[in-house]
Order: sequence, then structure tokens, then C-alpha cells
Amino acid sequence: MFQFIFRRLSLVIPTFLGITLLTFTLIRLIPGDPIEVMAGERGVSAERHALLSAQLGFDKPLYVQYFRYVGGVLQGDLGNSLITKEPVMKEFLTLFPATVELTICAAIFAILIGLPAGIFAAVKRGTILDHSVMTFSLTGYSMPIFWWALLLMLVFSVTLGWTPVSGRIDVVYWIDDVTGFMLIDTLLSDEAGSFTSAVSHLILPSIVLGTIPMAVIARMTRSSMLEVLSEDYIRTARAKGIAPWRVIIIHALRNALIPVITVIGLQVGILLSGAILTETVFAWPGIGKWLIESIGRRDYPVVQGGILIVACIIIIVNLLVDITYGIVNPRIRHSR
Amino acid sequence: MKNKLAALPLALLAASAITTSAHAATTLVYCSEGSPEGFNPAFYTAGTTFDATSKNMFNRLMEFTLGTTETEPGLATSYDVSADGLEYTFHLRKGVKFHSSKSFKPTRDFNADDVVFSFARQWDKKHPYHTVSNGSYEYFNGMSMGDLIKDIVKVDDYTVKFVLSKPEAPFIANLAMDFASIFSKEQADYLMKKGTPEQLDIDPVGTGPFQKVQYQKDSLIRYTAFKDYWKGKAKVDRLVFSITPDASVRYAKLKAGECDVMPYPNPADLKQMASDPNINLMSQEGLNVGYLGFNTKKAPFTDVRVRQALNYATDKKAIIDAVFQGAGKEAKNPLPPTMWSYNKDIVDYPYDPVKAKKLLAEAGYPDGFSTNIWAMPVQRPYNPNARRMAEIMQEDWSKVGVKAEVVSYEWGEYLSRTKKGEADTFLLGWTGDNGDPDNFLYVLLGCDAVGGSNRAQWCNEEFNNLLLDAKRTSDKAERTKDYEKAQVVFKREAPWITIAHSVVYEPIRKEVKGYKIDPLGGHYFYNVSK
Repeated sequence: MFQFIFRRLSLVIPTFLGITLLTFTLIRLIPGDPIEVMAGERGVSAERHALLSAQLGFDKPLYVQYFRYVGGVLQGDLGNSLITKEPVMKEFLTLFPATVELTICAAIFAILIGLPAGIFAAVKRGTILDHSVMTFSLTGYSMPIFWWALLLMLVFSVTLGWTPVSGRIDVVYWIDDVTGFMLIDTLLSDEAGSFTSAVSHLILPSIVLGTIPMAVIARMTRSSMLEVLSEDYIRTARAKGIAPWRVIIIHALRNALIPVITVIGLQVGILLSGAILTETVFAWPGIGKWLIESIGRRDYPVVQGGILIVACIIIIVNLLVDITYGIVNPRIRHSR
Repeated sequence: MKNKLAALPLALLAASAITTSAHAATTLVYCSEGSPEGFNPAFYTAGTTFDATSKNMFNRLMEFTLGTTETEPGLATSYDVSADGLEYTFHLRKGVKFHSSKSFKPTRDFNADDVVFSFARQWDKKHPYHTVSNGSYEYFNGMSMGDLIKDIVKVDDYTVKFVLSKPEAPFIANLAMDFASIFSKEQADYLMKKGTPEQLDIDPVGTGPFQKVQYQKDSLIRYTAFKDYWKGKAKVDRLVFSITPDASVRYAKLKAGECDVMPYPNPADLKQMASDPNINLMSQEGLNVGYLGFNTKKAPFTDVRVRQALNYATDKKAIIDAVFQGAGKEAKNPLPPTMWSYNKDIVDYPYDPVKAKKLLAEAGYPDGFSTNIWAMPVQRPYNPNARRMAEIMQEDWSKVGVKAEVVSYEWGEYLSRTKKGEADTFLLGWTGDNGDPDNFLYVLLGCDAVGGSNRAQWCNEEFNNLLLDAKRTSDKAERTKDYEKAQVVFKREAPWITIAHSVVYEPIRKEVKGYKIDPLGGHYFYNVSK
């Protein structure tokens, strides 16, 4: 097992270097000069441009800038934002809990609905229930996020008034930032009603963000279950007279789950890397919106640093998925 | 047990009293369109940042009278100008208090040291704070304040003198701009001693009507009314900026009562907003201009007849209807009509393709020519859809034989290339900074600005001399005459096609009282009640 983990870990270092090189190069390949963007219509004189370039270190050759950047990263310094002047790491840590909170809730929503729906569809294959689940999940999968979010918002927030429109908490509550996770911070605070407010603010964004993963999980679970249900050992189990629910849950599901876990892992990675549209629509202060704005402003340190951290997180999530695989299915760890 | 039970209703009563008193405080929620870039307005040029900082947290020596572009005394009670126009002496207000923050409590009132510090930091390259936070002082440099100011002298605790290198009438208006916000020198010294000078730009104290309590990036900013504000406490107790980047979502929040004031509505929503009984849709002509600039250094636009011809060939009304959807007015001058010295008597080029063809023939292009129209990739108040605008113009021009290709670049690239004169014609615009005509005419069309913000590369001696004259005198009547004449020259020489001044709309909840639209584009909440 340790050898397996070590093998996986050794791949992380070249991946990490590749990412630093890629983000550093790509953001500089996009046309657009951060100093011009900052100056806007007013423009900036050639001397001032040169002065600011020198101040920000852009006058150095690219390879020098790259080695400086990697040197900084190795010492834990991702640099400061060109716009806000704050350390990139600090900004990331401020915004990341919001993304994690939303991702967890969206993932819970996706798993809680997607998994049972997929199982039911497989068990009731060919029935109206199966068709409905599949149609529903296909619709969910192809739903334009922006439109879906606005639709839910207009129905549930504006017309019915059941949920708040956007944000993380009602403005009447003044919650101190302790952990950055609103659900925890509201519990720590003594403001009555703030926890309920935080929960209600999470409902719509979680549904919107969780819709696509839910559809993916439902479809994956269904096809994987169908494959397992047609195996000989299931027929044997049934022939032995084991209760149908036991066959499905214990015998079939456990094996059918392996590809589903991969999919869940990948989906969580995607969600964490920034649910850009959902965060923008619901004014959710997460990292997706932060990164997109930084690309627009050509805020090099934020783009480089932010993408690097997100990529590392995805690497770690994938690594954990691989390890979970090994635990769930011993054949995998032994075959490598 | 009995005692505990008896205490329960009391505890509940106390709890409800606390809740009621906390919630009875009036809170005004402003759904802002983005996060501020930082909390030192001197570093930035974006209105979003100014709303969150200078407009509500700080004061300046001079202030804009709310709802106008005129200036009035702020932290200065009055000022004197020397006969040669080179010395401005400001008499400062007494008894003005600074806010306090978690880490800093001021021990003294505002005085001349604070004024000298706030300007010297930006002006003096050797000032210990000059390079803190990598400060780039965009506006201070953009307004050429560095070259203009020769010295800043503290005469006594409540008198400060600015010595200028040349007479410059717009100087007073410049001092009312956001970059001229007054910081506390006492806080700066305290932080420098502590070894954390950059904190001054993250958590500064000001003298304005609201003090910042909490900022959660991309989420919200909370302020409380400053009870010792020198003009008296604001009418609301708390002010919250709920950061909501999407205009449709801001509107949904306004409808649901989650915000009281919202900026920048979608033009498509205006009709519905106007008929909503809970919403008061306020509007005012913006202090801006959207235009098409000709590169006057490139043939055939070196010929004034070609520039005039394309002015005749452009149907502005069709553009306003299609691009602004009613939220714009045709522009005939480079100055917006709300600006003093706007020349009402100018007659615009009417839409007249026949006359256009005739002028083109006279200029030696009877069959037209090929050119390009550059369209900005971003939305701006003065031009909500540059691509669409360029396409309409392309169609108009083709009727007189001019074949134009529509070109676009990424925004930074667009700005840098138009500055270098790579475009034949380009769409752009301007939003006024300080309500002074100089801020439009000299910045956009002055000879000094060629290669910078004068992207038409147009330098006309007659026009430029009129602007220089107007800079030298502080007599407003005389300046008005100069600017009016300059607008005549501009129209005749046609370096631009002036297209539109947009109308600014601000929907607010009906229960909000006292809100005024600022023609300079800011959002002030001092006079607002609920």
C-alpha cells in the first residue's frame, strides 16, 4: 500500500513544475498589458510605464521572472496581487472556505439525489421511472447554469420569498470571520437566527451547483449498476434466495460504486476549482470569481498563484480517490 | 428550579429587547457591483473603489456639492489665491475628528500635518510612505499634479499653502477628487513605528460620515455612521455594501427588499423598474461622452473634409435607439450638457449622405475608400455595446462608398494600440473626473496628450491656445468664453464624431429618502434616510 502511495506521490513533483510553467507562460501569452489595463482610457506615458514595469519586475527577462516566481513559491511566497497589493495566499485563504462550503453542500445534494436515482433507474430498468430519471438527469446535465440560477432565484426568492436572493448571510447579522465557514462561524457567534440565515442562503447555490454533478452521478450509477446486475454472481445470490434489497445494496452496489467514486472525485475537483458562474450569480465570495476577475485584470501573481493552489488541490483529491480505490478494491493496489 | 423558571421569561424578554434594539438600528443596503480594489483611493481610478472609500469614509479640502459638479469647502473652510495664480492658501476646519479602528485610536483632531502628509506621500519621491504598498498614485500622476505642485508648506496648524509651478485654474477641482482624500498622519506615524506601514492602505481611518467596521472580500463591507462626524451624524445607523456583480441579481435583490439602492441596471430592465410600485427609478444625464475618433495623423483622415463627410454619413439617432435603448442622448459637443461652458449654440452635422458624398468627392475620394472601425471589447457607461455601434456605422458609411472593417482587441491591447495610433478610426469615450471642462477638452484633445489620452492624435494650435488661456485664469466667465470658442473650433475641425451622452439610471426602494445621483458617478449615502 505504501509503495502504491509513494508511486503516486512521485508523479506529483513533475506535475507541479509543469503547472507553474504553464500558468506562468499562458497568462503572459494572452495579449494585454496589466499596466495599460490599470490606467484605462486615461492612458499612461512611456516613462511612467517604464517606471511601473521596473517596480513590478516586468522589465526583467521572462526566465528571470519565472525563476523568481518558482523561488518564491518554494519558500511559500506566492507574491502580492498587483491590484489589491495583498498577499495572494492571504486572499486565497479568505475566499477558499466559501468555495469549500458551497462545494460540500453541492456535493451532498448531488450524491443524495443522484445516487438513489441512479439505483432506482437501474433496478426498474425500462419502466417509466427509469425513463423519467434519465430524462430528468439529461435535462439537468444540459441546463445552462446562468439561466437555471436566475430561474430558481425568480421563482423561490423574488416571487415566493422562500429563500434569499444572494450572498452568504442576511445583512442584519454581523458575524465575525473566525473559520471562514459561515455555518461554523454563525454557530460560534451569539446572534440568534444567524445559522438559519446561513443555511437558507446555501440552498439555491447548492442546488444550482449540484445539478450537473447530480445528473452525472445518476447516469453513472445507473449504467454501472446495470452492468453489475447482469453478472453471474448476482444471479447466484438471487437464486440463493437473498432478499432483493440485500442483493442490490450489499452485493451489487458495492461493486458498482467504484466508477461512481471516480466520477464523484472528479466532480468535486471540478467544483472546487471554481464554480465560476454559480459564484458570480449568487454573489458568492469564492475563488472562481476571484480568478476570473484576475485574468481580466491581468493580475499575474493572483492568476499564477491561484491556479497553482487549485491544481494542487485537484492533484490531492485525485490522489485520495486513487487511494480510496485501492481500499475499496484490493485488486487495483496489487496490480500496480 | 422555581427560581430558574421564574427567570426564564425575564431572560427571554431581555433577549428579545437586545434583538429588537439591534434590529431597530436603520441599515441601508447598497448592492455594489464589485469589490473595492483596496482602501486607499489614491492608488486607484475605479468608481467602485471610490464608492467604498473616498465617497463615504474620507473628506477632502474641497468637496463637490452633492448633485452638481461645483465645488464647496470641505476640510478647508476657505482659500485664497495669490494674484499671479501660483499660491493657494487653505484655511482648515477645526474640531474635525478621525475615526478609530481596532488597532488605532486617534489622540488629536485633524490639522495641517494630515494635509501635508496626504499630498507629500504622493508627491515627494523621498517621502517614507511614497513606495509603501508599491503605490502607483495613478490619478495624482494622471492629473500631472507632480509637475504642477512646486511646494506644500504648513504655515501653522490650521493653514496650508500650495505653491504651483504654473497657474492652473482646474487645481481647485482636482483637490475635490478622490485621490486628494485626507489620511491621518498620526495613524501613519504609529504604523511606521510598529513596522507595518502597509496597514495604512488596508485599514485606514478617515474623517468621513461612515467608518469601516468589517470587509469580507467579494461579499460585503460594513460601516457604521460616525457619531462625531463634523457635519453631524448620518441619518442611517449602518451602511452595508452587499457586493453583487450581476445586474439581474442586483435587480432581484432590490425587488425582494434585500437591497435599497443599486447602481448600473440592465437597460432591458428599465421599463419594468419604472412600473414597479416599490421602486423609484431615478435618472440623470451622465457626465460622459462616447465618440468615434479619427486618427488625424493617418490619411485620408488628415483631410478635414473626409472627417466632416463621415460625420454627415453617420445616423446618430439610429445608433442611440439601437445601442442605448433610450438610455442615451445624441452628443454634439465633446462636453456633456451638464458641464458649465457647454456651448448650446453649436449646430451638429445632420445625417446627410448626399452631402457626405459631395465632400468625399471634393477630397478626392468620389468612390470612397477602405478603412477600419475599432470597437472596444468592454461595456462602458458611454458605450454599452461598441461592436453593435461599429456595425451600424459600417452600414452607414457603406452607403457613401466607405468600406470599413470592424476590428477589436482585448481591452489592454486596445488601449495601448489606439494610443500608438494604430487604428484608422476607433470607438472610445470618457467619464469626467472633476467637473471641470479642462478635464474633457485638454485631457482628450490637448496637444500635450497626443500619444497619451489624445488618441485622435489631433493637435490644433487655435484650439490648444484657447485651452491654455483658460487654464491661466481663475475667472470663470473668461474661462467659459474660451471653452465655448474651443467647441466651435472642435466642431469645424471634426477630429471625432461625437455620438452620445448616456443617461445614468439608479433604481432605489421607495422607502429610501434623500438619495441624489452624483453627476460624477459616485454614490454618497450621508444624506440618505430610510
